[in-house]
Amino acid sequence: MYVSVRDRPAAAAGRTGRVATTVVLLGVVSMFTDISSEMVAAVLPLYLTTAVGLGYLAYGLVDGIYQGVSAVVRIGGGYAADRGGHPKWIALVGYGVSAVSRIALLPAHGFAAIAGVISADRLGKGLRTAPRDAIIAESSDPAQLGRSFGVHRTLDTIGAALGPLIAFAVLALVPGSYDSVFVVSFAFAVVGFAVLVLFVPDVRTRAATAKAGLRQAFREISGTRLRRPLLATGLLGMLTVGDGFLYLAVQQRDDLTASFFPLLYVGTNVAYLIFALPLGRLADRIGRARVFVGGHVALLAAYLAAGGQLGGLVTTVLVLLLLGTYYAATDGVLPALVSRLVSDEVRGSGIAAAQTVVALSRFVSALAFGSLWVLFGRGHALLVVGLLLAVALPFAWRLMRTSEAPA
Amino acid sequence: MTLRIRLAALAGVVVLALVAAGFYVLRVQRDQASAAGSAPAVPVTDLAAALTAPHIVFRSTALGSGYGKLAVAPLTAPDGPRAFTEASCERAYAVAGRSVCLSARRGLTNTYKAHVLGPDWAATGDLPLTGLPSRVRLSRDGALAVTTTFVYGDSYASLGQFSTRTVVTRIGHKGSSDLETFRLLVDGKRITAADRNFWGVTFADDDRFYATAASGGKTWLVRGSLAQKRLDSIRTDVECPSLSPDGTRIAFKKHGGMAPGHWRLAVYDLRTGVETELAETRSVDDQAEWLDDKTVLYGLPRDGATGAATSDIWATPADGAGPPRVLVPDAWSPAVVRTSSPR
Repeated sequence: MYVSVRDRPAAAAGRTGRVATTVVLLGVVSMFTDISSEMVAAVLPLYLTTAVGLGYLAYGLVDGIYQGVSAVVRIGGGYAADRGGHPKWIALVGYGVSAVSRIALLPAHGFAAIAGVISADRLGKGLRTAPRDAIIAESSDPAQLGRSFGVHRTLDTIGAALGPLIAFAVLALVPGSYDSVFVVSFAFAVVGFAVLVLFVPDVRTRAATAKAGLRQAFREISGTRLRRPLLATGLLGMLTVGDGFLYLAVQQRDDLTASFFPLLYVGTNVAYLIFALPLGRLADRIGRARVFVGGHVALLAAYLAAGGQLGGLVTTVLVLLLLGTYYAATDGVLPALVSRLVSDEVRGSGIAAAQTVVALSRFVSALAFGSLWVLFGRGHALLVVGLLLAVALPFAWRLMRTSEAPA
Repeated sequence: MTLRIRLAALAGVVVLALVAAGFYVLRVQRDQASAAGSAPAVPVTDLAAALTAPHIVFRSTALGSGYGKLAVAPLTAPDGPRAFTEASCERAYAVAGRSVCLSARRGLTNTYKAHVLGPDWAATGDLPLTGLPSRVRLSRDGALAVTTTFVYGDSYASLGQFSTRTVVTRIGHKGSSDLETFRLLVDGKRITAADRNFWGVTFADDDRFYATAASGGKTWLVRGSLAQKRLDSIRTDVECPSLSPDGTRIAFKKHGGMAPGHWRLAVYDLRTGVETELAETRSVDDQAEWLDDKTVLYGLPRDGATGAATSDIWATPADGAGPPRVLVPDAWSPAVVRTSSPR
């Protein structure tokens, strides 16, 4: 089976070649899985309030806590993938748990049951991410890792953009039948799972022969090569305000009705999927650390646009574009960067460590920014964080530049 | 496995998933069509007759053609035959001759409407609305309406990031008051934090009201005045207050030290400051309503036989003695109208 995404003509990049079939297949798996999970995410607030009769304040509180748990599982998933030498097996468990969680929404009707099902989904996501990225890294030409991750993230984000559309199409067909949305979501998850089981090769990582112990994994993660980029990632992560806050800032300034809120997410996703591949390729060419840090410059610009006094549709669109650019320059670029800094035996653990640093530092940032928001109000809080980010960027760059792997 | 076998297996999975999901959705669609066509699964009575005596207005969740419609039952037999109106609402509140109906129009973006309904249950106007509505109340004479919406409702995933908007409107007049523009004083000290939120208003008269104020993770019962644009705290840990008909007590949900998403119904005596926990031990997320000065009403969801979400209106004594009982089965969002409606 030859599935390939051809690059644009050689003239543009000067470098051609196919992205590995495995990478595209994993992209397809992620696309189906994201359709499935975004379908549920899109209708969940409505489902909880109109069908189950819960308030969602309650839900938001619990969800924040599970994000933290998911970060811990992530490390476990990365290490297990390295240790067993079969990252596919760990990814299978992660995708499987998430798929089953969709159908488990049918009998779940209480608050605790729904919270449990949702957290199972998050745990599955935490578990599968690092092994999946390890397979992508393993199957790609090291010089074109950024592009590989770019292709994967593009497909992934297409799924994220399609999910809500499909969910609302189902609801239009059978009004109020959230169970139908869950069943269709489950069907998509099953298809994604089948592609993973049937077509993604069981890539044996080096770890299969040289079983890396916990000690080696720890030594590499805390070793000099990875320490500096992880520090930089954590520093930047702590100054990364959640999208939700940015959307809220835009919404408060322009008084967008809440009904348009979902469109803000869609806008960011569209920008992300447009830029994921070009920025991944750019990272291969000019350096991953450079693009990663550059993404945070886009984020800084987004703060200024959202926190400033200029309102209107143009500013809102600009914020979404900048936010999408930030994701495109960081989300897939980080694993590409980290993959080349650790030895093959502990690649999954290394990627997982970096993603955990991102998740935890953003969690800290969400808490801290919540307080800033209360103290200073929307605009000033964003400007304060923007200022801190501007100060931190040169330091982060200094920490990261040494780890710029030769492309 | 050869490639051919794997491709065949994938095709099998895709077809199976497609057929199974399609079959499920079509069956739901057929069930919905037949349910909508069938008579309501509850006895029905005449609307005009039901409105002549004191009655309870609620959203009917009984399966059949009346699902989601506002219905009316006499207070003398609330669990007996109900009369259906033509209004479809997610949530509603009513006083004699007037009601407010919150309804959702679903689509890629969901739009919500708050219709003001006249004595004949036809819309006479709209209330301004931003976001996903969660609470609605009218003043006793029906002159004032208040809605609470989640403005930042779509991010269920962000810790502590939510924003509510509570707006009081004088029906038939232009303009409305957003409680966030009022001065909030907690123990006499002014609170200006940007995370102030207000919800669950209950009116005392045409000026004074009670509501929940929140900031920094704490909630307060506040007494407010529309004329003075001012809110004063009374006590902590009070959400969705509801004033008793005699104006002496507040029924509310308290969070206490329970897990997130859990609330206990309680009654607070405004004269003595004594709090009484009610006999209902299940978590209640509803703005309570008073049946009379001795009884508190609230809705609780229930799993329907066919998987359709349904609910019941429960009643429990306001003095904390038990036990709770179902007042109106297959119902939600109660409003007690103690005088007959003018016709």
